[in-house]
Amino acid sequence: MATKTETKRKNAGKNKAARDGDGNGNRRGANNGNLIAEKSVEAAITTSIDDAVDEKPQATAAAAAQAIEEVATASVNADGEMICQLETSLTRDQMLELYRYLKLTRLVEERLVNLYRQTKVVGGVFRSLGQEATAVGTAYALQQGDFIAPLIRDLGAVLVKGIRARDIFAQYMAKAWGPSGGRDLNIHFGDMTKGFIGPISHLGDMIPVMTGIALGARMQGKNLVAVAYIGDGGMSTGAFHEGLNFAAVQRLPLIIIAEHNWYAYSTPTSKQTAVKNLADKAAGYGIPGHIVDGNDVVACYETMKRVVEFARGGGGAAIIEAKTYRRKGHAEHDDQRYLPAGELEEWERKDPLDRFERHLISQKAATREEMDKIVADVEREIDEDVAWAESSPMPEPKQAAYNVFDNTIVPPALRPPVLGGE
Amino acid sequence: MSTETKKEKMAERPARGGRATFVEALRQGIWEEMERDPSVFIIGEDVGLYGGAFKVTDGLIDEFGEGRCVDTPISEAAIVGAACGAALMGMRPVAEFQFIDFISPGFDMLVNYAAKCRYRWGAGLPTVFRGPCGAGVHAGPFHSVNAESFFANTAGLKIVEPSTAYDAKGLIKAAIRDPDPVLYFEHKKLYRLPRLREEIPEDDYVVEIGKARVAREGRDLSIITFGAQVLNALDAAEELDREGVSVEVIDLRTIAPMDKSAIISSVKKTSKVLILHEASRTGGIGGEIAATIAEEAFEWLDAPVVRVAAIDTPVPYSPPLEEYHLPQIKDVVNAGRKLAAY
Ligand SMILES: Cc1ncc(C[n+]2csc(CCOP(=O)(O)OP(=O)(O)O)c2C)c(N)n1
Ligand SMILES: [Mg+2]
Repeated sequence: MATKTETKRKNAGKNKAARDGDGNGNRRGANNGNLIAEKSVEAAITTSIDDAVDEKPQATAAAAAQAIEEVATASVNADGEMICQLETSLTRDQMLELYRYLKLTRLVEERLVNLYRQTKVVGGVFRSLGQEATAVGTAYALQQGDFIAPLIRDLGAVLVKGIRARDIFAQYMAKAWGPSGGRDLNIHFGDMTKGFIGPISHLGDMIPVMTGIALGARMQGKNLVAVAYIGDGGMSTGAFHEGLNFAAVQRLPLIIIAEHNWYAYSTPTSKQTAVKNLADKAAGYGIPGHIVDGNDVVACYETMKRVVEFARGGGGAAIIEAKTYRRKGHAEHDDQRYLPAGELEEWERKDPLDRFERHLISQKAATREEMDKIVADVEREIDEDVAWAESSPMPEPKQAAYNVFDNTIVPPALRPPVLGGE
Repeated sequence: MSTETKKEKMAERPARGGRATFVEALRQGIWEEMERDPSVFIIGEDVGLYGGAFKVTDGLIDEFGEGRCVDTPISEAAIVGAACGAALMGMRPVAEFQFIDFISPGFDMLVNYAAKCRYRWGAGLPTVFRGPCGAGVHAGPFHSVNAESFFANTAGLKIVEPSTAYDAKGLIKAAIRDPDPVLYFEHKKLYRLPRLREEIPEDDYVVEIGKARVAREGRDLSIITFGAQVLNALDAAEELDREGVSVEVIDLRTIAPMDKSAIISSVKKTSKVLILHEASRTGGIGGEIAATIAEEAFEWLDAPVVRVAAIDTPVPYSPPLEEYHLPQIKDVVNAGRKLAAY
C-alpha cells in the first residue's frame, strides 16, 4: 500500500501530466514548456488544492476556498487580507478599466434584480455574484477579432466584448429595441462584429459551435481564438465532449473556460465528475489544462493571456479551470437549501471585487476617490441605459411571425385564416 | 466543515387522495408507486435533495433515500440510456428532464434504443420519461417546447399528457406500471393552477393509457385537444355556448397510441371538428388526427376539419410575441363560430 506521501506525489505527477497535456506523448512539448515551467500562482493552487482534498474522497467548495486562501497568502495587504496576483503586465489604466468592468457587471445585475422585483424583467434573473472576475479577467485578455460564447453567468465577458448594457436591459425586459427584438432572453443573442456568439440554453451546445468558429476562421486564414465558457455541470454533456475532442484533434485554437463554481443548480461537482479538478479532463483530450483562482481578476487575465498566445501560436485547444463560487442560487427563486452551512460565508470573504479594490489600494494603482468616480460613472451609464430600455416599446405581436426564414424567399408564418376567411 | 445543509425539515408524506393540485397529485402517484414497488426509482438532474426544478419529486429522497433518488450529471443521453439499462435489469425508472426542451440530447437514446428494444429482441422497457413542457410563461425558445410530435412518428414510444389532477396521478401510475417506454408530458402552467385543485380518490386508481375522455358533452362541434389547451377549449366552449353553439371537448390524455374510437364517435355525434394544440401547426399531431378522421369518418363530416395551433415559429419570449404565437381562447372561439356557421 502506498503511503500518503507517495500517493500525493503520484497525484502531483498525474496532475502535472494533465496540465502538460502530455497524456499521449510530448507532441506539445516545445509549445507547452513555458506555460508549465513558470512558477505561477496557478500551479501553486493546483498543488495546494490537491493537498487539501487528498484526505477526502472528493473535493469540496470549502476545501477549495481554503486552498485558495493558503496560496493567496503570498499576496496580502498590510492588514493581512487577500489581494490579487502581484506579477502582472497590466498597466495602471488597464487595471482601472478592469475595475470598471467588474463594477459594471455587478451593478448591471443588481439593477436587473430591482427591475425583476418591479416585474419589469419578464423572465428569470441569473446572477454571477462572486464570479465576475473570471468572466471579466479572461475576456479582457482577448483581441477585438477573437470570439466568445459566454454562458448566463458571463455577463462580464459580454460587456468586455463591447456589448452595451442597454442591450442587456432591453433583452431582459423583452423590448422591441433589444437585439433579438423580444424573441429571446438575457444574453441569448449575438453580434458578429464584436466577436460575440450568444448561447442557447442547452448546455454544451456552444462548444462544437465555437470549434466551428475556429475552423471557419482557419479556412479563411484568420488568426483568431475562439473562447467557450462552460460550467462544472455543462462539462458533463455529450456536446461538450464531441466539440472539444474535435477541436483538439484539429489543433484548433479553442479555449475552454471551465467555471468551477461548485454547483450545477443544486448538484455539487462531486456528483458531476469524478476528477478533482476540471482541468484534469484536459488529459483525456491531449490538450493542456490550467487552473486559476477565478476570484483573482489579475490572475485570470494573466493566465488567459498566456493561453491565448499559445492557442494563437498554433498550440491548439486548452482548458482553463477557474475556481470560483456561485454565491446566489441558480436563479432568483432558488432557496439554496442544498448548501452546507457556512460555505456561503466563507466565499463572501473572498469576494473578487473587494479583493481587487484592496489590491488597487495596496499597490497604489488607484485611490479610493478614483474608484468612487468610476462607480459614479458606471451608475450614471446604467441609469441612462435603463431609461433607454424602458422607453422602448414592446414588440408588435405580428413580429413573432417574421424571420424564421429569409422572408424574401419564404413568407412570414402569420396565423392562417380559418376556413378561408379572415 | 460540517456537511449539514441548510435544509432542516424532512418533507412530509403526501396525503393519499384528498384535495390536490396537479403537482401534488402527480407527486402522490410517484410516491405511492415507490412505496408499492421497490423497483421503482427516480433519476434526473436535481431530483434528489432539491426535489426537482418544479418540486415534483420533493421529499422523495427523505423517504426513499439516495439509492432510489438518483441525482445525475447534466447528461440527458446518460439519463435515458441508464434508465433503459436498469429497466433491462428489472428496475422501473422514472426519469425526469428538467425541462422537456432538454429531452433533445436524449433523443438518440429514446428513439433508437428505448423505442426499438421490444421489437428487435423482445425486451420491453418499463420506463417513464417525464418533465415539464409547454409555453405561455414567457420562458423563451428553450424552455417552452411541446415535444409530442417529435416522438409521435417513432413507433415504440407511448406519449401521455394529462390535463387534470386526477389524470396526473392516474396516468403516472399507469405509466410506471406499463411494460413499455412512456413519455409523460406535464404542462408547466398546470402544476399549481388553483383551478385544477380537485378532490382525488384515496384508493389506488389508474387511468388507462390509450383512453381519451369527454371533458364536456356537446352536439354542434367537437374540439379535440389535450394538455393545457383543454382549459382553453373548455373556456371557448363556454363562450360559444352563450352564442348557442353546443361544443364537445375531447381530452385525448394519450397521444400515442391514440384513442381513435373516442375521436370517431365524437365526430359521428357532432359532424364538425376543431383540433387544438399548442405545438406548431405544421407537422403537429393535429394533422394526424385530421387524417384519421378523413380516412375513417369522412361521410360523417359536415365541414372541413379545422386546426388551431401555434404558428410555425420557435416560441418567442416577449409576451406580445408569445401571445401571437400561441393559440388563444379568442382564436378557438372565432374558429368555432365559423365552423358552426359553415
Ligand atoms: C442540456 C441541458 N440540460 C439541462 C439544462 C438545465 N440547466 C440549466 S442551468 C443548469 C445547471 C448548470 O450548471 P453549470 O453548468 O455548473 O453552470 P452554472 O449555473 O453553475 O454557471 C441546468 C441543469 C440545460 N440548460 N441544458
Ligand atoms: Mg456550476
